[in-house]
Amino acid sequence: MDHLTSYLVLSAILFSLGLYAVVTRRNAVAMLMGVELILNATNINFIAFSKYVTHSLDGHLISIFVIMLAATEAAVALAIVLNLYNDRGHINLDEANSLKQ
Amino acid sequence: MANTIFWIIWVLIIASAIQVAFGKNLIHSVFALMGTFIGVAAIYIFLNADFLAVTQIVVYVGGILVLLVFGIMLTNKINTARISQSSVQKGLGMVVVLGVLAILLTAILGYDWGQYSQPLAFTDTVRGIGQLLFSDYLILFEIASVLLLGALIGAATLARREQ
Repeated sequence: MDHLTSYLVLSAILFSLGLYAVVTRRNAVAMLMGVELILNATNINFIAFSKYVTHSLDGHLISIFVIMLAATEAAVALAIVLNLYNDRGHINLDEANSLKQ
Repeated sequence: MANTIFWIIWVLIIASAIQVAFGKNLIHSVFALMGTFIGVAAIYIFLNADFLAVTQIVVYVGGILVLLVFGIMLTNKINTARISQSSVQKGLGMVVVLGVLAILLTAILGYDWGQYSQPLAFTDTVRGIGQLLFSDYLILFEIASVLLLGALIGAATLARREQ
């Protein structure tokens, strides 16, 4: 358990699943969930390296800023998604291919 | 004992993330995402990050997840709790993602991490984080506060229905 590799492999798998959700999901909210998975994967990496490699708190600080950015990104992205829904009545990303109707 | 718990959490995170990425029901995906977030918070505790574990639960489970549920509820005509979703370009996406995963795993498993096998012993991180936040990371902290204000105003302006 106390091994860096197990955390890095977990993070890599989590990143891949998030990437899959981002590239294949049609629903905009489902794609946002993929983005959150990717950000969580990076955070695990930062803190694992902080514990095993650098022995400092810098990774924790970066993770805090990543969490903050994730919160702002989710808020703004959901505002855009709501606008998209008001405009078109759906939030399918593969059909939202023009800026103006 | 701790080892068993670690691997249970490890499997829980992957299983719920698979549900998020492949599930057919959007509501189930959101609840699986909650499992992922809580599992990642537990992983933070294994990694001696006590403050971050609490932050993860407060911000992700308490904030972002609720926001996502609102997003789903406001963008679907809800009659049942069964909101389906679909995916496009599954084959191509799978090829790309498996390629990325193969590269990452090759890099991780191919490197000798033996010299980094000494973990830092657990100490309380809150004091250290607070001191760093107001010394080395002060500018970043201030920029973050301005960014949060901008995002707050921007989101409120964007989401308002124009009359």
